[in-house]
Amino acid sequence: MIADPIRDGLAAGWRVIDAATLESDRVLEADVAIAGSGAGGGVTAEILALAGLKVVIVEEGPLKSSGDFRMREREAYPSLYQESAGRQTRDKAITILQGRCVGGSTTVNWTSSFRTPPRTLAHWKSVHGLASADPSSLAPWFERMEARLSIAPWPVPPNENNDILRRGCEALGYSHAAIRRNVKGCWNLGYCGMGCPTNAKQSMLVTTIPSALEAGATLVQRGRLERLVHGNGRVSEAVVRGVAGPGAPMGHARLTVRARHFVLAAGSIGTPAILLRSAVPDPSGLTGRRTFLHPTVVSAAVMPGPVEGYSGAPQTIYSDHFLDTLPVDGPMGYKLEAPPIHPILAGITLPGYGADHGRWMREFPKLQVLIALLRDGFHPDSPGGTVRLRSDGSPELDYPLGAYLWDGVRRAYLTMAELQFAAGAKTVMALHEDAGPATTWAAAREAIGRLPMAALHARVVSAHVMGGCPMGSDAARALVREDGRHHHVENLSVHDGSVFPTSIGANPQLSIYATAARMAEGLAAALGARPATPARAAP
Amino acid sequence: MSGPRDAAFIHATRRRFLAVGAASGALLAVAGWWSLRPGGAAPGYRALGKDGVLVSRALIPAILEGALPAADPERETAIRHTLEALDRAIAGLSPAVQAEIAQLFALLGLAPGRWLLAGVRPRWADASTEEAAAFLRRWKDGRIDLMRAGYQALTQLVIAAWYGSPLSWAAIGYPGAPRLSRP
Repeated sequence: MIADPIRDGLAAGWRVIDAATLESDRVLEADVAIAGSGAGGGVTAEILALAGLKVVIVEEGPLKSSGDFRMREREAYPSLYQESAGRQTRDKAITILQGRCVGGSTTVNWTSSFRTPPRTLAHWKSVHGLASADPSSLAPWFERMEARLSIAPWPVPPNENNDILRRGCEALGYSHAAIRRNVKGCWNLGYCGMGCPTNAKQSMLVTTIPSALEAGATLVQRGRLERLVHGNGRVSEAVVRGVAGPGAPMGHARLTVRARHFVLAAGSIGTPAILLRSAVPDPSGLTGRRTFLHPTVVSAAVMPGPVEGYSGAPQTIYSDHFLDTLPVDGPMGYKLEAPPIHPILAGITLPGYGADHGRWMREFPKLQVLIALLRDGFHPDSPGGTVRLRSDGSPELDYPLGAYLWDGVRRAYLTMAELQFAAGAKTVMALHEDAGPATTWAAAREAIGRLPMAALHARVVSAHVMGGCPMGSDAARALVREDGRHHHVENLSVHDGSVFPTSIGANPQLSIYATAARMAEGLAAALGARPATPARAAP
Repeated sequence: MSGPRDAAFIHATRRRFLAVGAASGALLAVAGWWSLRPGGAAPGYRALGKDGVLVSRALIPAILEGALPAADPERETAIRHTLEALDRAIAGLSPAVQAEIAQLFALLGLAPGRWLLAGVRPRWADASTEEAAAFLRRWKDGRIDLMRAGYQALTQLVIAAWYGSPLSWAAIGYPGAPRLSRP
């Protein structure tokens, strides 16, 4: 029997409120109210709670734990992801995988851990004027979060799906390396995306959130922060409504959270949505603009032997060859990785329908898949997207895909096909509605060269939403200061991936952890709390 | 791959889509009103309305051609499971997106939408797999974003509904999740 730390904690008396079952209005008082329990909110909650502050965490999604994680896509996607893992941009051209549960996307991510790349930091310093964007001054924050979350090299050989990426890079002379992972005692199962059933993944769900709750924090689950009540440059309270599930309407009972300070960490779609719904002052109109996605395109191959991409740690090898060999503000660069391959995810990503689609699905155990994550936000022709509100107050991301990005997509398709053939693929297909299978690299190159590059032809996905509340000292260009404090509201901060002025150019979880830790320590000091003792991972 | 196209074909196609573009705005307005009628979900369903059930039942065999069991009763069981899973999946989308999908089904359910936009002559209940597949092909390559987005939404929802079911796994060689025993 695997221990379930959440069930044990609840039994031991953690303060957890299910907002969806509230029948009458209720008021909570706190030093700090935090919206979101993912990478930004989790880290912030632990630091503030250990510093002796009274913390209330409000999470829209449900509290689920290892006992609920049964490694079944059809259960995991509706219960743990925004929009049942089918969140889409306004024109439906990009599908966004984003967590919607306690722990946020860290509960369902694939554990890939990278420090913010130095060339990204250099760009932030020179173009966006960020004084904090410096590898050496950030190093202690990375080290601290790496220690806290057991981020380390992964000693187990890559699964075949990842090893094919490695072998392709070897054959073509492209740089590649192993991915560090935030795991402890990982069983190498391959189901990280459905919630870790063994609590090996050191997500917020099993680290900072339990630690904050142990220190007396209150967690409100299934509660959507509807709006902040503010006036005279200060927020006085947050209004929270219960939501029983992603498709359910908001409850009538109202939970009011009064606090000295408010931290938004609801992700790069959720945080701008709260600010927009609340009409928080924003004289430069920055909220929700410059939102980035690492738009990701996909190439599938049929290999001669078994790949079994559903088994084994899902992401262990990467190549930055096409990030490192291109200037950040030149043609769009891309990071190469491999994804887990499960029936629903493969089924909806493979283009087409009927017999053609079925033929690819019947090759399922031999399927090899590569993804290219495009580095957006560094070039004037890559302005990202804009979060807006629908008439019902729910957020929607409008992300137009322009010629600059399509050029990167075509090059990424070519690179992936070449790598797959170099590693021995029999058949390769760009995941694009107009593509067909190619059996030689020459044929693939010719076919990819002719593919129309347009929305709803190429399959474009994203698992990394960043930006929308950029940090910086210049209030004309930044919504929050570099310490996370809002430029126009005294007691409001943003501590999540929305503060980044561009995309990261790497899987963002560690960038968010380190940024949130830096901001939260500053906030604890500003609120007069005792210095926190950094929590260490339990032995 | 797009096949060879001569100038006359392109011209005719463009003219047809321009006509469709003008008509679809009006149809969408009607469908939007239609989908807002009270009594949304059909009896026994959480999200799918009457139109949604009819259209989905017609499309499932086309979208999953070759993947579904060939003969009854397994085939009928698989179709029923897929329809139920589709309904659950739609019920898990946000209210705003559920409304868009209801609008899409209402649009396809109205006779003018079925004829003019989907290109399907018979009622959905009488449409053959070939006629349903022709509709999918037409929308896959549609010039109007609404068509391509609708095609992708319908195919992806049905594909997810089927491949989420253990009924589909043996045929594709997926063994299912491992049993948890200590390594």
